[in-house]
Amino acid sequence: MKVTVIDYGLSNLLSVCHALEHCGAEVLLTSRPQDVLASQALVLPGVGAFRDGMAGLERLGLIDPIRRKAGEGTPLLGICLGMQMLFDESEEFGVHKGLGLIPGRVVRIPDTDADGSPQRVPHISWQKLIPAEHLDQETGFAGTALAGVRPGQECYFIHSYEAKPGAEEYRLADTVYGGRRICAAARCGSVLGVQFHPEKSGPVGLEILRSFAQFTNG
Amino acid sequence: MERPHKKIRLIARLDVKDENLVKGIQLEGLRKLGDPNAFARRYYEEGIDELLYIDIVASLYNRNNLSNIVRRTVDEVYIPVCVGGGLRSVEDVRAILSMGADKAAVNTAAIKRPELITEIAEAFGSQCMVLSIQAKRSHSMPSGWEAYYDNGRAHSGYDVVEWARRGQQLGAGEILLTSVDCEGLQDGMDLDLIHAVTQAVTVPVICGGGVGCGDDIVDAARAGADAVACAAVLHYGKETVQELKEEIREGGVEVRA
Repeated sequence: MKVTVIDYGLSNLLSVCHALEHCGAEVLLTSRPQDVLASQALVLPGVGAFRDGMAGLERLGLIDPIRRKAGEGTPLLGICLGMQMLFDESEEFGVHKGLGLIPGRVVRIPDTDADGSPQRVPHISWQKLIPAEHLDQETGFAGTALAGVRPGQECYFIHSYEAKPGAEEYRLADTVYGGRRICAAARCGSVLGVQFHPEKSGPVGLEILRSFAQFTNG
Repeated sequence: MERPHKKIRLIARLDVKDENLVKGIQLEGLRKLGDPNAFARRYYEEGIDELLYIDIVASLYNRNNLSNIVRRTVDEVYIPVCVGGGLRSVEDVRAILSMGADKAAVNTAAIKRPELITEIAEAFGSQCMVLSIQAKRSHSMPSGWEAYYDNGRAHSGYDVVEWARRGQQLGAGEILLTSVDCEGLQDGMDLDLIHAVTQAVTVPVICGGGVGCGDDIVDAARAGADAVACAAVLHYGKETVQELKEEIREGGVEVRA
């Protein structure tokens, strides 16, 4: 179980690496394109702004290697900002292009809830994961890194922007904030993005990382 | 879609002095309670939602001494960790985040140089920048509370509600609001303060100071708190995390299982 964690200069990477190691993975933290190209499984973590994240990947020459690996079917897990960067574009601080690995875009969380009352942004909360509407509400996570999660179990979210996948089929898990569904996990082929932080979500999050690392092993 | 009840985060606040967990009353008269990592691990196992470490003597030494404790914590605790006390610059924040902290709480340095809030938010994202406000009742302030620093000893001349609003504008993604008047007394929170600040801003507000039982947390949630920081009630073993959460749910407020 070798997992390559991509360091592009932004995040709290220690927590992601620790959590993966706790789950039995052998972790390589790297900024080098050749390490990305040689990887068996990739994690793209991230906190901070979309623009800065993409600029970091660009500067390090990592955009093409990540795209190439995703195209070859290497498992790739994006976390929080790392998940958002998997999409086509984001409107955070002007429109910026993403990696384009999952169709869709990233938009600001509305500052009013479904009833029009003010709601808090950033959204900082432990929230329930539920299978996306097109999936079976009991078994919808089967066969994915979320397989060990029972619908209704909670993970830790901290974000001001949310992903809007281009089609239902890319949605894996949702959560409900202010009476609206927010995309909690999205996938396309071997690429999976989670809006929450599995490395900060206690035993439920660790189970997701463990599944990802094992899944990776085939 | 059915509207859920208000959901609250339950946070354990660990004040640290010289590698010891300490607890005072109204931020004074500190008692040593033991190894902070042991408390952190226990609260994690009991289901706490988040940890808040404050280096309570950092402003005396002009630096935060929590790196080792935070480093050890993230080896065994997989929930969000916020760290405060003596963080004066973007570099200080970078150092503590690189040790595994998720958020930085800044008080004194932000009062002395409010642009620091923007600098931290731009460097690491707003969600990392927690503005810590120590509030004391004051008749001379328009809102009725003045912002203090240096553990409630020095007053800033800032009106708490105005400062919270300005902090948000400058880029704070969360506010940590501590009532100095209620702190350590375990006799209920300053609900008027919580109401005033949570109405004035749109970022989440962590409220602390005065929690003695689960009902105090329910009252705080109803007054507008998004998260509640507890210390004495947990540290002295008066209640466990799960007991507090049970009382919160009985009071009609949602909390993580």
